[in-house]
Amino acid sequence: MRQIAFYGKGGIGKSTTSQNTLACLAQMGHKILIVGCDPKADSTRLILHSKAQDTILSLAAAAGSVEDLEIEDVMKVGYLDIRCVESGGPEPGVGCAGRGVITSINFLEENGAYEDVDYVSYDVLGDVVCGGFAMPIRENKAQEIYIVMSGEMMAMYAANNISKGILKYANSGGVRLGGLVCNERQTDKELELAEELARRLGTKLIHFVPRDNIVQHAELRRMTVVEYAPDSKQADEYRTLANKVHANKGNGIIPTPITMDELEDILMSFGIMKQVDESQVGLTAEQLSA
Amino acid sequence: MPQNADHVLDHFDLFRQPEYREMLANKKKNFENPVAENEVQRVVEWTKTPEYREKNFAREALTVNPAKACQPLGAVFAGVGFEGTVPFVHGSQGCVAYYRSHFSRHFKEPSSCVSSSMTEDAAVFGGLNNMIDGLANTYNLYKPKMISVSTTCMAEVIGDDLNAFIKTAKDKGSVPMDYDVPFAHTPAFVGSHITGYDNVLKGVFEHFWGGKSGTAEKLERVPNETINFIGGFDPYTVGNLREIKRLFDMMGVEYTIIADNSDVWDTPTDGTFRMFDGGTTIDETVAAVNAKATISMQEYCTEKTLKYIGEEWKHETVAFNHPIGVKATDDFLLEISRLSGKAVPEQIKLERGRLVDAMADSSAHIHGKKFAIYGDPDLCIGLAQFLMENGGEPTHILATNGSPKWAEKVQAMLAASPFGKNCHVYPLRDLWHMRSLLFTEPVDFLIGNTYGKYLERDTGTPLIRIGFPIFDRHHHHRYPVWGYQGGLNVLVWILDRIFEEIDKNTIVPAHSDFSYDIIR
Repeated sequence: MRQIAFYGKGGIGKSTTSQNTLACLAQMGHKILIVGCDPKADSTRLILHSKAQDTILSLAAAAGSVEDLEIEDVMKVGYLDIRCVESGGPEPGVGCAGRGVITSINFLEENGAYEDVDYVSYDVLGDVVCGGFAMPIRENKAQEIYIVMSGEMMAMYAANNISKGILKYANSGGVRLGGLVCNERQTDKELELAEELARRLGTKLIHFVPRDNIVQHAELRRMTVVEYAPDSKQADEYRTLANKVHANKGNGIIPTPITMDELEDILMSFGIMKQVDESQVGLTAEQLSA
Repeated sequence: MPQNADHVLDHFDLFRQPEYREMLANKKKNFENPVAENEVQRVVEWTKTPEYREKNFAREALTVNPAKACQPLGAVFAGVGFEGTVPFVHGSQGCVAYYRSHFSRHFKEPSSCVSSSMTEDAAVFGGLNNMIDGLANTYNLYKPKMISVSTTCMAEVIGDDLNAFIKTAKDKGSVPMDYDVPFAHTPAFVGSHITGYDNVLKGVFEHFWGGKSGTAEKLERVPNETINFIGGFDPYTVGNLREIKRLFDMMGVEYTIIADNSDVWDTPTDGTFRMFDGGTTIDETVAAVNAKATISMQEYCTEKTLKYIGEEWKHETVAFNHPIGVKATDDFLLEISRLSGKAVPEQIKLERGRLVDAMADSSAHIHGKKFAIYGDPDLCIGLAQFLMENGGEPTHILATNGSPKWAEKVQAMLAASPFGKNCHVYPLRDLWHMRSLLFTEPVDFLIGNTYGKYLERDTGTPLIRIGFPIFDRHHHHRYPVWGYQGGLNVLVWILDRIFEEIDKNTIVPAHSDFSYDIIR
């Protein structure tokens, strides 16, 4: 059994990328389990063709406690027998979503959800914000992390932050950075930037997924592209990505995260960000024109 | 003032003096916003009604006086059972103060245990530094042979990863690289003290047998003739484990008591403070992998541990439910005899005969009496079986930390006996539920821990103190309840209370004292 995880900034296309990749892996004959670790619970909707799956935590709250649940209650089977669970979590602004991730993964392990699968994939929200969201990268969990990012500065910033999280656990455990997956936003010099960030982190850009509207068309039908339009060019892209991920087993590395200054330097050296003129910092337009 | 240095009044008398009575009355009148006495009485009476009971049992969002404690308490209970081991609780100091005082009040012994002193900054930034400093301090100050790490609510909510933290602490030199620091995640808001006990034992075995978190070779099991014995979270651990050793030695069984805390909670006063005493040694714990079988006296304290030992290490595993009395002890000893191939010696058979004799002598007094029992799931079963053996009728059995599956099992056990057919089992309920039960379906006696004294006060049901914790009676934990000798102790505790009640009910001169007899 191989365990992987997809991390990335919110809204970057993590869930879309992961579900398409996993659907391809399922087409290749692998048995897949998806563990959604995002309180908004959208990591499995394209596989299940549903709006949102009932989550472990919402079911547990209804039943009284997690101990009252059975694995069949929380696990749904979707496209090509891909098994899906969503950990779920609180409404925005209350409670502790990180604890929810811990509770859910413990429940799944104790109840044998990991038996008889080739791939377990965790889909994890945003940057590593607390210990709970690092649960999937603890020892004996995900061996490789794939960071979904784009050429936008904040996506790169998040990718760097996630690398810091991986580094923390890599020395004491077995977790490694599998690589970056760039989800094209059509920003300037996006491919070059992604490759440069990968180089600086000590990893490689696994795949550059070009932007294609067919992804939206598929999403509106709650499907992955590879199911909705298996012959499309975009489906080929995801198949390539899936093949690369599959072939990447054991090639993960311990990342070398960079500082915020270094990150800005990369953007400057590609001409994305102008050299900062310190004499202009903090001045209004009016002051500058005076 | 009523208090003076020449004649010191203790609090029983002091606060009954006029000055204090007046002060308390004024406090109530002026600051407590009191309601009329008849209104208080009306509500008190209402809480005794079936109508109130119905509302009480419909209660969903509130627990009142749960008959359980939290996971880390069980973690500490298991941790001190290993030789020279300090339980290390990753959390705040207040949590650990609770475990220590709880055990000290029950066992009347000091209970050594350390915390990682987590404060607000640790909650924000993670408790790694607390782990690094805490392990180093513990190791250097107390020179333990092993540190058993568990967690609390705070560490679990922020998601501290013990495995990674302990490895990092070792890298930073807190303790030597090959020093044994088994660990278990024991969130206090999940399960109860019996879950924490289970998690720690499993953590210890995973550590010593399963390759010490990837830093050593996984052990190779070479089965031998020994039997591992696990007592579970047991209020009578001091007396019970000593009794078990006596029985096993008499039978000639080769055995290892796992997590043997019988000495550390019963140290002699001879001028030497013993922070550690007795306990299962590291060598014994390692060698326990080769045992032919592992038995647990408390199924619900060892669910995960037995599963791990059985599935991963192929031990034959056998679980009992806190066996008390003739039949339960028969089953236990015959199972030991089967596993070890050693016969039950004549001497033990004599003890059995003596217990049967004692039960026969007194059975008229227990027969037909109704009992309510609450406590840990296994102890409830053991006590109920023993009562039925004596013709007593369990009527309410309640365990806050008992699951619905546990309740099904107990209900089936009760249905098999004519003395249990009118008994109802209540999983996941608390002592406020028990209060309603005692008012609406009264019983003759209540069996439970010290907190039952409030139920005795409110409902008038005499309390027989058996369970954990017992704070207000001393030294019962030094007596076994297992084995035939243990059964005798439980019999005596129950009978003593029955006779006290008879005396109390017949003591009024010229009214009831015609039954105030010398002979009972």
